[in-house]
Amino acid sequence: MAPTRREFLKIAGVSAAGLLLPPLAVHAAAQTGKPATEVGPAQRRAFTAKRWAMAAVGGQCPAGCRDCIDACHSTHNVPAIGNPKDDVHWIGLERIERVFPAEAHPRLPESLKRLPVPVLCNHCENPPCVRVCPTKATFKRADGIVMMDYHRCIGCRFCMAACPYGARSMNYRDPRPFIRKPNPEFPTRTKGVVEKCNFCEERLARGVLPACVLACKEKALVFGDLEDPRSDIRTLLGKGLSIRRRPELGTGPQIYYLL
Amino acid sequence: MKLYNGGKIIAGMVAFLIAVTFPFWYGRGKTVSPPDLKLDTPTIEQLKEKRCVEPAAYMRASHMKLLVAWREGAVREGIRSYTATDGRAFQVSLTGTCLGCHSNKDKFCNRCHDYTGSKPACWSCHIIPEEVR
Repeated sequence: MAPTRREFLKIAGVSAAGLLLPPLAVHAAAQTGKPATEVGPAQRRAFTAKRWAMAAVGGQCPAGCRDCIDACHSTHNVPAIGNPKDDVHWIGLERIERVFPAEAHPRLPESLKRLPVPVLCNHCENPPCVRVCPTKATFKRADGIVMMDYHRCIGCRFCMAACPYGARSMNYRDPRPFIRKPNPEFPTRTKGVVEKCNFCEERLARGVLPACVLACKEKALVFGDLEDPRSDIRTLLGKGLSIRRRPELGTGPQIYYLL
Repeated sequence: MKLYNGGKIIAGMVAFLIAVTFPFWYGRGKTVSPPDLKLDTPTIEQLKEKRCVEPAAYMRASHMKLLVAWREGAVREGIRSYTATDGRAFQVSLTGTCLGCHSNKDKFCNRCHDYTGSKPACWSCHIIPEEVR
């Protein structure tokens, strides 16, 4: 039965009012995610998202700058062991030929060849580390963060073999003596446990952006909800070509690079 | 029937029985005083109502169950707030909430754990704020 003229006008009116509402709600929310859950008394509201992701804008890093690495590693008690064999890292800066081996070639401009590119866990859509973990110590949250439950890790290193990005590190030694200034807000790890970037989920729960994003003075790291068309990251990705590391593997990495 | 090397066997059995029963007769009649827990940290002194997250009897018997539930909830489900049976809300945090009041781990946690011979692995990762400062 076709709606009468009167019913049609009613529906049209309600729809028009409904269209106006979501933008208002989003404007009231924070830029990079909607606060949703109260985390306790006198706490900031947690940042929540449908799909967290990060974008890195190349060419912004000043020479020798390590602000993102230092901020991340001091926040999360990542040990500075100082030899490549036992190295533990959550975020690093690498040359383009090592981050994008397929895209790099000898005729790239010198500026691009020497460009430091931030590398961290890609928080994959289809994470191979989660698939191989025998104890489910590594798992993927509903908001896309690939997280580790260090209580369950048995140090088998299957995840390290599975990760195509080298995002994971094993604690071959007791990390405690190598942490210069421990942060009591975050636990350390023990010997025999694998660790990696957690997208600062403990900070998001307090309504604070990831440490590397806040530490970067050049604003080269952008963090936000991919499912929210108004988020900073979607605005940035909408501007031009962004690439991801080895998407042909089908892991669905969620760190986007604009170089 | 002849018992070969009888002397050695019997001496060995006696030595074995003595060794096995050693803890029983050595500790007999001795009393070990129950652990003396200190609840006099500055934070606890300032509390108007000295009350843990849940009633003391429950905490004494089942704090480990509560902590495991907190741990699983916080890490795997992202639940970082705990509402106690009397309605008060707490942040789920071992170093923040528990050690916030019980800042004297040596005179509180350790005394019972040493007494009962339990060795929880919490502190191999979780930082004791007092030790860092």
